[in-house]
Amino acid sequence: MKLTGAQILMEVLKEEGVDTIFGFPGGVVIDIYDELAKTDIRHILVRHEQGAVHAADGYARASGRVGVCLVTSGPGATNTVTGIATAYMDSIPIVIFTGQVPTQLIGNDAFQEVDIVGITRPCTKHNYLVKRTEDLARIVKEAFIIAGSGRPGPVLIDLPKDVSNTKIIYKAPKKIELKAYNPTYNPNMKQLHRAVKLIKNAKKPIIFAGGGVVLSKGSKELTELAHKTRTPVTCSLMGLGVFPGTDPLWLGMIGMHGTYRANMCSGECDLIVAVGVRFDDRVTGKTDTFAPNAKIVHIDIDPTSIRKNIPVAVPIVGDCKITLGLLNRLLDKEDLGDLKTKRKKWLDQIDQWKSTKPLAYKQEDIIKPQYVIEKLYELTKGSAIITTEVGQNQMWAAQYYHFKKPNHFITSGGLGCMGFGLPAAIGAQLACPDKLVVDIAGDGSIQMNIQEMATAEQYNLPVKIVILNNQYLGMVRQWQELFYDKRYSGTGMEHAPDFVKLAEAYGALGLRATKPEEVEPVLRKGLSSPKTVIMDFVVEREECVYPMVPAGAPITEMLLA
Amino acid sequence: MTEQKHILSILVDNQPGVLSRIAGLFSGRGYNIESLSVAETIDPLVSRITMVTMADTPVVEQIMKQLHKLINVIKVYELTGSSYVQREMALIKVQARPERRAEILRIVDIFRCKVVDVGQGHYTLEVTGDEGKMDAILNLLKPIGIKEIAKTGIIALFREPK
Repeated sequence: MKLTGAQILMEVLKEEGVDTIFGFPGGVVIDIYDELAKTDIRHILVRHEQGAVHAADGYARASGRVGVCLVTSGPGATNTVTGIATAYMDSIPIVIFTGQVPTQLIGNDAFQEVDIVGITRPCTKHNYLVKRTEDLARIVKEAFIIAGSGRPGPVLIDLPKDVSNTKIIYKAPKKIELKAYNPTYNPNMKQLHRAVKLIKNAKKPIIFAGGGVVLSKGSKELTELAHKTRTPVTCSLMGLGVFPGTDPLWLGMIGMHGTYRANMCSGECDLIVAVGVRFDDRVTGKTDTFAPNAKIVHIDIDPTSIRKNIPVAVPIVGDCKITLGLLNRLLDKEDLGDLKTKRKKWLDQIDQWKSTKPLAYKQEDIIKPQYVIEKLYELTKGSAIITTEVGQNQMWAAQYYHFKKPNHFITSGGLGCMGFGLPAAIGAQLACPDKLVVDIAGDGSIQMNIQEMATAEQYNLPVKIVILNNQYLGMVRQWQELFYDKRYSGTGMEHAPDFVKLAEAYGALGLRATKPEEVEPVLRKGLSSPKTVIMDFVVEREECVYPMVPAGAPITEMLLA
Repeated sequence: MTEQKHILSILVDNQPGVLSRIAGLFSGRGYNIESLSVAETIDPLVSRITMVTMADTPVVEQIMKQLHKLINVIKVYELTGSSYVQREMALIKVQARPERRAEILRIVDIFRCKVVDVGQGHYTLEVTGDEGKMDAILNLLKPIGIKEIAKTGIIALFREPK
């Protein structure tokens, strides 16, 4: 059968089960778009290519599947870079197709030519320039394998125009073999036995879980481990939801804006069972003083995560779900009867930290942003998919929305990418049409990809946007207040659009609350609307996120409200 | 911890862009490259990169893991600390005034190198050996006058058990 490259691409995408592509067309991908229209694959036309990648990312995080996007060469390709870096830092499986000028023009500075493979080399898990139509099917298959397996990540495929429109006799590729790519899923049992011993003998252990548990779908096994061994659990930002935020063993998030008790635990504990984390600087604070009394068991599928930032007593390379499952089976054979009494003192200590220094704020005359999130949590019963932008809005969402399940908190953790929340919410809504999807935003970051309102409208996506509007770039302002004598250089944002009118201009519903008593009615009205909704909450301008660990300080030295 | 010299032998897919991935990994993560040599192996689909880097133990462990993570990297070996043979090669263009010619040829003889080009005022020498030999011959030739030098990075292989 003779097929063009574009037709072959569609064949392979169908085989891979792709149902949605986020994209933006251009000159060198017209052939692909022409074929795309003949398939059942749904194309979501974004308003900016960065939005396409974030949407594919949100789709992947909400569904656990590989997200796909398609853009043109040159500026189309460069606009994807921020989105790709975001997905790379958070290990999110997406495949990005970029158009490229015809092979014979590559290197000639042709119109809309850019070396996107060179540009994205350090922020993709892998990338390809397809030089012959004959290689296309194999490369696309490889890309899906690489993106979705091991430690997932974005894979980019650059498609020159002649590769897409050349006709060849197509034979579906046989089994794909990547001889040098072989992620370790099954852990070393000897190390696992050492971990069991440490867990049994620990007096003051904690479990520290991260995004790796979400990606491996290991939430059930993690919860079982915690309950079986009476071990309290904290999460990194990326891990929120893998352990129920309502469980008595829940410590809250750890790190720069972690809870008092979680951070104190890291200082006092004698064992950390770290699962699917990479000990980022926002978690450890000053590394030499992090967990000074603890032995660390570190489970991760990526060997480079282990011993990169901190020393580890028991390194275990393996898939989090598989490893936790095996760990639970080994623990079943042990007598754990006395753990309940053995851990009582430790758990009492934690309760005392919790009751003396809880997360707190005072709701007075002006709306407090924390109050908005608490109300949102109440009204959605903690079951909405929450996406966030980056900054204070993100931290308050992490602190005050008590996630019960994984894949429900979608946030740019590693890169800290403003403008992520709205397009990610669009992707999440498409992946989960029956779920309530809420983007918690600040007035600053929402403006970074506000154009995607039109995308939400075009596809009737009932995404809800909660803007915590303080007319500041709040997190930077907070640092300036605390560490720069309140010199608010470059952080005032008094000139934002009227978000209610803006919503209406896009054809969405716009609502505003300026007083505390308006918060609940606005949320009720907005959340129950079948439309895309912007809810603008005019909040206390100079509210800070607490606790806060100053950058580079030990994590147990927190500024409290 | 102290930095030490490590020789890494890396088997990679023989494809365009692979060297750039490795060089990019080193520059992006702040590792250093002392020397580098690349060529196809007996299998035309595979190239061997021999690389010398200065690093302390945790960093070299991280370097090896990071290299291994690259999809096009097939195998990474560290040679330092085991039994291996290593060679570099240099082409040295040395000033050869009539009164020094005999001396240069004596050095060539002692170091078992070759004269590969000769002219009115110069000899070009081909030298192979390990680092010690290279340093020694360069020290001897410097006073005579080195006009130009081209040197490869280290190449190395494990010794097989006897």
